[in-house]
Amino acid sequence: MAQIKTGSRMRSQVCATEVMVIGAPAGEMEVTCGGAPMVDMSETPGDGLSIADGADQGTVLGKRYTNEAADLELLCTKPGDGSLGANGETLSLKEAKALPSSD
Amino acid sequence: MNIMMLLEMAAQGMGDRVAFVNGDQRLTYQDLYNAAGCAAEEIKASGCDHAAVLDVSSLAVPVGLFAASWAGVPYVPLNYRLTGAELDALLERIYPAYLVTEADRVGKLTHHSEVKLSTREDFLAKARAGTPGDPSWSMDAEDIAILLFTSGTTGAPKAAVLRHKHLVSYILTTVEFAGAGPDDAALVCVPPYHIAGMAAILSSVYSGRRVVQLPNFTAEEWIRVARAEKVTNAFVVPTMLSRIVEILEGEESAGLPSLKSISYGGGKMPQKVIERAMKLFPEADFANAYGLTETSSTIALLGPDDHRDAVASEDPAVRRRIVSVGRPVPGIEVEIRDDEGKPLPGGARGEIYVRGEQVSGEYVGRGSLLDNEGWFPTRDAGSVDEEGFLFLEGRADDVIVRGGENMSPGEIEDVLLEHDAVADAAVVGIPDEQWGEGVAAAVVLRQGKQASVEELQAWVKEALRSSRVPQVLEFRDELPYNETGKLLRRVVKAELSGDAS
Repeated sequence: MAQIKTGSRMRSQVCATEVMVIGAPAGEMEVTCGGAPMVDMSETPGDGLSIADGADQGTVLGKRYTNEAADLELLCTKPGDGSLGANGETLSLKEAKALPSSD
Repeated sequence: MNIMMLLEMAAQGMGDRVAFVNGDQRLTYQDLYNAAGCAAEEIKASGCDHAAVLDVSSLAVPVGLFAASWAGVPYVPLNYRLTGAELDALLERIYPAYLVTEADRVGKLTHHSEVKLSTREDFLAKARAGTPGDPSWSMDAEDIAILLFTSGTTGAPKAAVLRHKHLVSYILTTVEFAGAGPDDAALVCVPPYHIAGMAAILSSVYSGRRVVQLPNFTAEEWIRVARAEKVTNAFVVPTMLSRIVEILEGEESAGLPSLKSISYGGGKMPQKVIERAMKLFPEADFANAYGLTETSSTIALLGPDDHRDAVASEDPAVRRRIVSVGRPVPGIEVEIRDDEGKPLPGGARGEIYVRGEQVSGEYVGRGSLLDNEGWFPTRDAGSVDEEGFLFLEGRADDVIVRGGENMSPGEIEDVLLEHDAVADAAVVGIPDEQWGEGVAAAVVLRQGKQASVEELQAWVKEALRSSRVPQVLEFRDELPYNETGKLLRRVVKAELSGDAS
């Protein structure tokens, strides 16, 4: 469990996934990828970890993922094979609202 | 956070797509990423702490922007219209500076040991020849990404500060990653030292839209390149759109079949021009963007549906929205406030304040202009209607105060423009002994049409009240505009004030 900071980046310990935090609630939470806790970009992934069963839907580059409460939002900056989760819940793909291009 | 992250994502997901086109030169996203990495090494090795580009729209602009971010120094785009002495004065403020420029501009500058000079060709050749190192850019969101010298009306230009957090936030809230189709291409003709030029690079890179650079705008060249490159998206300032429409209306067929979207901004778009453009391109999506350097570009947007609704409506309140700048983009709040900074009730005219993560409001040496709650005073005057559409009513400083009565130049200009013989009009305040300020107008007549001073004065009097009738009204062949379509009101004011005294 850790306080998730907006703007920070995290990496998966079990696949290539990397994310940037777009929004996060106050208070601590556990963000996971492929069932294992995500770690700070500066940390080395732990040994012997692998993608947990049922947490293998993968992440898509440039897509945003959010929880049921819609207070956590992650942007996938590098795709991988694990699914994103937070506090035991699997995050879902957030539909982008199309804005006309202005510049 | 670093804008390099946006390019890294594009290179990862769409590496083979063409990112930038200039004449017969092309860069894919992977090429651009590699070039940025190699150029970053050059900048770092120079020991300079700013990277400046003094150039027309060329491939050195995107390479320089991303290389500076990779190297961890502010990118400083310089205005190539300035004189050698003006440029020397700006360079002095960013010593030691790495400077990329065109070979024939080098002679204009005073050579100084604090400036490490590289010609555009050398810079690009070196950047494209090497292999980039591992990603090593700083992720500190507070780092400065861009320093943009604003064209100050008086005194020395101010250096507006845009940090990585402002620009990344702007892109992530307004652009969908890889949202452009593989054939989408944007024709970019705004100057590369303007915030719209910077924003065009970042938005296009993140959406995966090919940028076609047009260094020197003429309407004929714009039309030729739009056809040759099958351009789908274009951003123009009002004076450009007006010229393009004029030429295409004279042709047998409009003949820009690939054009899907036209966005505009930078100055006030005359209603007649936008309505003619919508007729000329009935299938195209129109968007009007309002933004400032200090807000990382667009903060309000009048979208395609808003345009169609306004034109189709019988309701005057809805029809009027065609001249609005639409509603705030996600993440931006707008308030209209009075002279003392107190919020005004709905519909009232006052100064526009904005708040949001993309808003910087900061200048070198002057700190942040944001108040304690993060609101930035834009110095633009405006009002918001009941559905949240924002109407611009000139600069807050342009308000004419005649005998204690506040009047907006735009209101009087709109009335003059409705006259059949009037092609363009500028209204300014001039010194007046009796009233403090008086109303003066400079008017351009439509070719082959006539109108007398008295006739136009009567026209204004009929539509508005007599206090708004220009006491001085002069005819001109054209009005002074800057290169992004903004009316140079202070020039008009100086001319008409001189005549009045």
